Order: sequence, then C-alpha cells, then structure tokens
Amino acid sequence: MEALVQLRGLAKHYGEGTTRVDALRGLDLDIHAGQVVGLLGPSGSGKSTLLNLVGAIVEPSAGWMRLDDEVVYDGKWTRRDLRRLRLEKIGFIFQFHNLIPFLSVSENVEVVLDLVGQGRPQAQARARELLDYLEVGEHADRRPSQLSGGQAQRVAIARALANRPRIILADEPTAALDSERAGIVMDLLRKVAVEQSAAVIVVTHDEKIFDRFDAMHVLRDGRLTA
Amino acid sequence: MNLALRDIRHRLGRFVLTCVGLALLLGVVLSMIGIYRGIVADALQLVRLADADLWVVEGGTQGPFAESSRIPKDTRETVARLQGVAEAGVLTFQTAEASHGPRKIRLYVVGYEIGRLGGPAQLLAGRAIARSHYEMVVDVRSGIPLGARVRLGAKDFTVVGLTQGRVDSGGNPVAYLTLKDAQELQFELEAAAARNQAARGLEANLNQVNAVVARLHPGVAAESVAATVRRWKHLGAVTQQEQENLLVSSVVDRARKQIGMFTATLLLVSAVVIALIIYTMTMDKMREIATLKLIGAPDRTIVGLIVQQSLALGGIGFALGAALIFLGADFFPRRVILLPGDAAALGAVVIAVCLLASLMGVRYALKIDPAQALGG
Ligand SMILES: Nc1ncnc2c1ncn2[C@@H]1O[C@H](COP(=O)(O)OP(=O)(O)OP(=O)(O)O)[C@@H](O)[C@H]1O
Ligand SMILES: [Mg+2]
Repeated sequence: MEALVQLRGLAKHYGEGTTRVDALRGLDLDIHAGQVVGLLGPSGSGKSTLLNLVGAIVEPSAGWMRLDDEVVYDGKWTRRDLRRLRLEKIGFIFQFHNLIPFLSVSENVEVVLDLVGQGRPQAQARARELLDYLEVGEHADRRPSQLSGGQAQRVAIARALANRPRIILADEPTAALDSERAGIVMDLLRKVAVEQSAAVIVVTHDEKIFDRFDAMHVLRDGRLTA
Repeated sequence: MNLALRDIRHRLGRFVLTCVGLALLLGVVLSMIGIYRGIVADALQLVRLADADLWVVEGGTQGPFAESSRIPKDTRETVARLQGVAEAGVLTFQTAEASHGPRKIRLYVVGYEIGRLGGPAQLLAGRAIARSHYEMVVDVRSGIPLGARVRLGAKDFTVVGLTQGRVDSGGNPVAYLTLKDAQELQFELEAAAARNQAARGLEANLNQVNAVVARLHPGVAAESVAATVRRWKHLGAVTQQEQENLLVSSVVDRARKQIGMFTATLLLVSAVVIALIIYTMTMDKMREIATLKLIGAPDRTIVGLIVQQSLALGGIGFALGAALIFLGADFFPRRVILLPGDAAALGAVVIAVCLLASLMGVRYALKIDPAQALGG
C-alpha cells in the first residue's frame, strides 16, 4: 500500500553563512493512512521543523513530499496552493491551543468550515457534533478564555478535525494535560486515524503516551535515528 | 462568518471610545464646512441688503464692503436723474458697539433715508422706521427683542422692527438707522476716537455718505449705466453682480483658505488616528491572524477583517459626528449651513481616508507568518 505521506530527501536550513542552522539534513519517511506515529528527540533536533514542513507552513530547502497523491514542493507550489492544502487536508493541534479569543467555542470550529464555503447551518451542526463528541458541547457558546486548559485543548482538536483532514499534526498535544486526559486525547486521535483513514503525527516528550504509537521516530541533529 | 464584527464586539469599549473621538473630530470638520457655507450666505445677503442693481462709490474703490468709500451725499440726485435709473438712495455703513441692558453687542449699522432705496426690504416682525430719529430696525441674531431700548453712542434707540439673516462678514447683526442718526453716530464715534482730528466737523460729515445705490428700469443694462458713472470724476460704479463677485473673492476667499486649511489638517489628524488605531488593533491580533493563516484562511479574509474594521470605525465616527452637528447647528454663535452634498462629500473622503489608513495594518497583517502561531 502506498504511503499517505512520503518524505524524500527533505532538508531545511535557516540563515546563511556563519549563522546557518541545519534543522533537517535530508530525511526520508513514510507514514500510512490509519497510523499514529510519534516523533521524539531532544530540544533543537528539528521536530517542530519537520511538522511545519509536513504542515505546509514552512518550505524546505531541498527534497520533496507527497501528501495524499499531491507532490508538494516540486518548485511550482505557490503560497496560495500551500494555504489551500492546509485548509483542505491538514489539521493542526498545538501545545498552545491558539483558539481565537473573539469567537465563541462553537465559532472557533465553524470558522474552518466557513472558509471552505460551507453554509452556516451545516457548519453549526458539524461543530456541535464534534464538540459533543469531545465532551465540550455544553460550552459551545462560551469564550475560549472561560475554558480550562484541557477543555480548550479539546476545542482545538475539534477545530483540527472539522474539515475531516487526511493528515493531523500535533505538537506536544498532551503536555498540559494529566495522564487520564492525555490518554483520552490519544484514544481520540487513534479513532480519527482509523475512522477517517488519516495519518496522525504527534511530537511529544511525554513518556506516559509512548505506548500509544504505531511507530516512533527519533530525531537527532536533523536526522532520523533508529 | 464576519470576523471584523465579532472582534469589534469582543473589544466594544475601546472601539466605541475611538468612534466617539473620531466623531468629535469629524463633527468639527463638518461644522467648519458649515460655517464656511454660512459665511458665504451671510456675505451674499449683506450685499443684497440694498436690493440694488448698481452701486456708486468713491472713484478708485471697490465699494463699501471692500474698502472705505466716501462720496458727496448729493451724488444721489445726479444718479437718480440718469437715463435708466428708477430710484436711488444713499447708504452709510459702520460698526458700533451697542448696549442693551447690561449686554454689549457689536452692530453693523446701516444708515438710509426713509422712503428711499436701501432700507430693510422684508421684515420678520414689527415695522419699518417711521420717525426721523431714534428708531431702529435690527436683525434677530442680535437677540434684541421688539420694543427694546438700545443705547448707541450717546443716544437711546427703540427697536421697531426685526430682520432675519442680515449679518456682516464678521457675523455682527445689521442694525438700520435713519441716515441722520447714523451720520451723527459716526461723527460722535470718530470724534471720540480722534478728538484732535475732529476739525472736519459735523457739517462735513452730514454731506458725506459711503455709497449711492440705484435700482434700474427693467431691461436696462447695469453695465452701461455703470460706464456712464465711471466717466465722472471722483466716482466709481460697481454693478450688483460685480459687488457679489467681489465679496465672494475677498471675504469668502480668505475664509475658504483658512477653513480649508483647518479642514485638511483635521482630516489628516483623523487619518493618522484611524491608521494608528487600526495598526494597533492589527498588532494586538497578530497571533489570531497567524492562526487564521495557519488553518488556511486566504489573504482576502485577513484584509477584509482589517479594512472592514477601519470602515466601521470611520463610518460610525462620521455618522455620529454628522448627527451631532445636525442637531447642534443652531447652538453655534455663527450661522452654520449644512448641505447634504457637503456631508456626502465628507463621507466619501472619510471612506477614502479609512481605506488609506488601513493600508499600514494590512501590510503588517500580510507579513505575518503562519508559523508565528506556533511560537510559545
Ligand atoms: N525560524 C527559525 N529561524 C532560525 N532557526 C530556527 C528557526 N526555527 C528553528 N530553528 C532552529 O532549527 C533547529 C531545530 O528547531 P526545532 O524547533 O525544529 O526543534 P525542536 O526539535 O522542535 O525543539 P523543541 O523540542 O525545543 O521544540 C534549532 O536549532 C532551532 O534553533
Ligand atoms: Mg518544537
């Protein structure tokens, strides 16, 4: 079976000359649909950089990537193409959940659907369904500032899932959660991976969830080890 | 989903306060324009006060409103006998301070001869001057009621009639006296101002007026009569049309320059205020904008957010300011004339200013990198 995410010779450096930092040094990686993979490594090893490359936020210095039948970064991709890719195919979950403070909880989820042109009633229904599923449905009309850290994190997950993305990228999603809540989030990500046949990539230092991954990749100095 | 509106609601207090500040600024701009229109209208009403077709003035001068003009009083008879002239009258003009009870009011005093051209044409209330002494018709703007006694110089006058909309270019209400009263007042005031130069005497003064006005028979060209008068030594003639043009270009041009400069400055200040507010509002939203970009919002959405907020700020500020001035126009010490066209033009300028002012915020927002949403 063809991998959903294929990375070939992916490299990224920041700056030039004496200030040059090689964050990733030529990386090959396959991730299949339905898989939940962990990305580990010491601070500065390039985990976030890799996530940003896969998430079409940062462009690589060399190499290419295939996402769900589309070859990204073959030199022809514009900023607008990358934006569309992010909107349609990728869901982001960050450590700092980045909810939009001037939107209600429900609107934070609806906004993604609004951007792909869905009507208000459908967007509302979908947001309600996701929030209920993540057990934050009763807070739908609140502001993000009125939520606990765990609740906000689940709203952020609902937003990431709203467009049924093929690839879900999570940077330290459980760092702010206790082990029970962390377990719930991981269960949920697995469920989405299976049900939507999506690939889930999780950057983590969190040892309590190490046993939840189908595969673990360790980065060191911009290269994959073991 | 309208993001601009939701963000505004989220920080309503700050937004409303900014709108109110902008409303005051734009209100001042609008009142400036209204005052300018008022000055033009007042000036035109002033030159139209005599209901004349032709003004005969001192040779080489441009008439009593532009500079001082003195001509012999008997010029009137000569003018009245001219071919095409229906009637003629003499006028004197001066400003004088009057007291009405404890109140001091500057009046623009016009002297005319009872029964001759130059008196108040339409009265708002009361009657025209009937006695040759100590009666006065004054404009309602003075606030002096009918029947009141007003002290001018050393004499008391009774207000027998009121006019409306007659003020001089400085906004002083016009007061009509008989020619004799006006000339005596002038002599009195001049003597007081320059007692040692008073040698000219009352007699000389009584033979001098500031202008002779004439009304022509229908169909007679004012220009041809004016040309005849100009051939006489020491006399000049200005047609009513020339008089109006002159006033517009002297009094009104100056006002336009001053008020135009104020208006431009205030608009510039408004633009800077809008630009700064929009810029800081955008900076405060840096993270939200980065997040929106990250989840795939197009630039159009981001630009729309900022431009809509800018337009809302300007639009609400302008509407509030306009409402304020339309309601408060009557409380201004000067005549304020608000034309819908002027308001519409200012509205259009405000919209342009808003678009321009949002450029800085838009530039900043477009430079935000979606990766900035990820930083701690
Ligand atoms: N925008 C940037 N400009 C310059 N250097 C950068 C930038 N982003 C990352 N780097 C550098 O690239 C290297 C990899 O950074 P990255 O953020 O990918 O590490 P990480 O594995 O996510 O670390 P952490 O566990 O601390 O989050 C680091 O040396 C970092 O300093
Ligand atoms: Mg990192």
